[in-house]
Amino acid sequence: MKGEMKELKLTVNGKPYELEVKAETLLVDLLRQELKLTGAKVGCLDSACGACTVNIDGKAVRSCSVLALQTNGREVTTIEGVADGDKLHPIQQAMIDHGAIECGFCTPGMVMSAKALLDENTNPTREEVKEAIQGNLCADEGYVKYIEAIEIAAREMRGGQ
Amino acid sequence: MDETFGNYSILGKAIPRVDARAKVTGQAKYAADIEVANMLWGQINRSPYAHARILNIDTSKAEALPGVKAVTTGKDFGGFKWGWSGPTRDEEPLAVEKVRYQYEGVAAVAAVDEDTAQEACDLIEVDYEPLPGVFTPSEAMQEGAPLVHDDRPGNICVEYHWNFGDVDKAFAESYLVREDTFQTPRMAKGYLEPPAVVAYWPDPERIVYIGAKGSPYFPYRILAKCFDLPLSNVRIITPIIGSDFGGTKNDMTPADFSAVMLAKKTGRPVKFVTSQFDALTTDLRRHPMWITVKTGVTKDGILKATSLKAVADGGAYTRISPLTMFLVGTCQTLPYKLPNFKYDAYNYFTNNPSSAAMRGHGLYHSRFAADVQLDMIAEELGLDPVEIRLKNSIENPKPGEIYETVNDVHVATCGVQECIEKVAEAVNWKARKGQKKVEGDTAYGMGFAAATYNSGTKLSAHNACAAIVRVCEDGSVNYLTGATDVGQGSDTIMSAIVAEVLGIRLEDIDLKRVDSAFTPVDPGSYGSRVTVHAGEAATKAAEDAKSQLLEVAAQQFGVKPGDVDIKDKKVFVKSSPERNMAWERLVRIACYETPGKVIIGRGYSTQGISMYGLADFSKGVGDIGTNYSFTAQASEVEVDVETGVVKCTDNNVIAHDCGFPLNTQAVETQVQGGSYHQGISAAVYEEFKMDSGQTLNPNLVDYKRPRAYEAPMTQVIHVITNDPYGPFGAKEASEGSCCSAPPSIVSAIHDATGVWIKDLPAQPEKVFWALKKKREKGQK
Repeated sequence: MKGEMKELKLTVNGKPYELEVKAETLLVDLLRQELKLTGAKVGCLDSACGACTVNIDGKAVRSCSVLALQTNGREVTTIEGVADGDKLHPIQQAMIDHGAIECGFCTPGMVMSAKALLDENTNPTREEVKEAIQGNLCADEGYVKYIEAIEIAAREMRGGQ
Repeated sequence: MDETFGNYSILGKAIPRVDARAKVTGQAKYAADIEVANMLWGQINRSPYAHARILNIDTSKAEALPGVKAVTTGKDFGGFKWGWSGPTRDEEPLAVEKVRYQYEGVAAVAAVDEDTAQEACDLIEVDYEPLPGVFTPSEAMQEGAPLVHDDRPGNICVEYHWNFGDVDKAFAESYLVREDTFQTPRMAKGYLEPPAVVAYWPDPERIVYIGAKGSPYFPYRILAKCFDLPLSNVRIITPIIGSDFGGTKNDMTPADFSAVMLAKKTGRPVKFVTSQFDALTTDLRRHPMWITVKTGVTKDGILKATSLKAVADGGAYTRISPLTMFLVGTCQTLPYKLPNFKYDAYNYFTNNPSSAAMRGHGLYHSRFAADVQLDMIAEELGLDPVEIRLKNSIENPKPGEIYETVNDVHVATCGVQECIEKVAEAVNWKARKGQKKVEGDTAYGMGFAAATYNSGTKLSAHNACAAIVRVCEDGSVNYLTGATDVGQGSDTIMSAIVAEVLGIRLEDIDLKRVDSAFTPVDPGSYGSRVTVHAGEAATKAAEDAKSQLLEVAAQQFGVKPGDVDIKDKKVFVKSSPERNMAWERLVRIACYETPGKVIIGRGYSTQGISMYGLADFSKGVGDIGTNYSFTAQASEVEVDVETGVVKCTDNNVIAHDCGFPLNTQAVETQVQGGSYHQGISAAVYEEFKMDSGQTLNPNLVDYKRPRAYEAPMTQVIHVITNDPYGPFGAKEASEGSCCSAPPSIVSAIHDATGVWIKDLPAQPEKVFWALKKKREKGQK
């Protein structure tokens, strides 16, 4: 029923939560409005732009395309949970150093898609990198430096090999 | 290892952006991320009709809905109209008497949450009398066509007629004269961040507006007028902005006005976040344009004359169309020498959403048409595309000399020949010639193009950027700018200029984004103007602060101020550098030695205007740019001859003359992005499909935008010309690549298949039918 509150247990960025949410609440709204994690952006709400991408149990998922309740018992990682304290993740560091970021609106989603890829495979081909971020629209930087930055990060994660 | 240019500590190198860490960790706050205590949510009621008279608006049911705090309609604004300039103020915050495009805002609601606000909007009853409309320029120009604005006969929004030299005589003397008509698509601006705003009144006489605006001093001036307040009482604060590309994030939206009005009515902050559907159906678009270009050349392919006719769909309101149509014509005399030039421009009102500026503004349309036609001419004359471009392109003027075009455009530096040569070399153009490659159903081809873009755009009235450098007593520095970084990287560039001039590190500079209560007034981020004008202001403000500090240093060392300098955070006597002290110590002495100085440097830009004055739109003479960037591009495509699908290969090279790259990395990213998102995308992907004013593909699934798997890994070559009118020799970066990409793609499709696609975008269906027609013609 619309408006009915349901119980939800999940982990977000390593922190366990026990919440009551409406059945129709989208994950992105839970993150942004209830948990105040505004790193995931709302670009379209059509699952087309990828700006709201998060990781659920390690997979890249558009948080506008799942209900909050579908994450019951799962582990959600948002952009706010990627760095280890002050130490940035190699993907984040490479995107900064390589000049991949312009307006930055797609950046959190881009990082989350890249992270899901590199957590599974630190030696992807260029085609695999492009495929991993194909659901993430960028408006201004042309993807070239994002693709190269993810490759640089992959090398870093392989220990420079 | 990245390339570096010049002999600077910070500039001319790859500098990571100052805001990148906040963006990559999700900490950067965009307008939609901002919450204010006690905040209400707003929604707009929009017209389902593209053209209709408003007979009555009944808001009583909406007002009675629990949770609704206020409703506003256009009448609340007391007849206020706004626009780009005095004569073009033809738009109301919310439509009062009639709506002129579908989903134009008619009323707005503030409620306790978004859902309630939407529900209340749906309860507003508006009686309309639907009117017949005009939906293309050809409909709008018909005798007796319905009028979009009753006081604008013939639906003419803008009309220019310019004539330089003797075009008719030159055509008569030409060996070959060609006339072709090209078409550019109706495009979205393409930002992912839909416009958003939070507004409140801290007291009954003051507005605070926090919104995604690339030109925040537009709302500053417009809101002051609209709400009859002194400018001092209007505070515009810019959050981080998710791209702009001209248009909606410069101008006002119904949500901007409504947020302020509803906040006034309720005494509470009101937030509007536009949906992507609303952004795609109502935000400003790139003008669709029909460009007829007639060109005469000698037997050797030397350009004798061009006659250009541009017909544009301006949409429902004037907005910035007078500038658009000026830009379409003005740079036609660049980057090639053109002794005779005629231009006729017609921009019509229609019942479509309004058109406006977009990255590559104006020049992209005419350069596409003329550069593709140049390849058609080359083919007819048996000339090579690179050869014909080199023959006609403007040589780089010697230092101190100026190249003047027939329409009084002045160019101090022009690297187009070097750009063409470097690109041809990088793609091995000569070796490639005549080597058509076909693999199964895939045909490969390469196309070439060159372009220019005006940089440091200068318009009448207030044109200057200003800056304040505040040196804190511990040696840290605040940089206050009126310029706005919408993603192009100006915050980094300005910080870098200030650090370079002061002789300190980039991380010592803390840049304050626009807050009109504290930062200096600024025209805004448009027309590739920020680097040139704000850069000049940054340089002057930093020099001012530095000279105040050098006076103190000179006293300390017992020398003259001219004898000391600062580098690597050390102030030293130039003739004996061992006499030095740390930057922090110098600042401390300056600030603490009784009575204690307050070091504030200030500066504003003058360069653009002091040189050659302003352009005359009606006559078409004069400079819109302070200086001009140049670009050459080679693009390879693969065409599936079965399906008509066109895809770029990684064989894509751009050489860009931005004068001097202040940040090599930022220039590369800008050029790659401009080429792909606003250039290649216009050439092969993007177009709004319309039916009687209704947008048929108002979402990012049906409206195709370029994605990573089709992205060419474009290589960028820097061409250095050190322009005397830009800060540290700089000119604009990237708008040129929006202009070189489409002709290079269309010529590449021709090289691969033999068909000319003159009507963009070259979507599969269009290419498929062109190929089919060509095959059938071949069989006859």
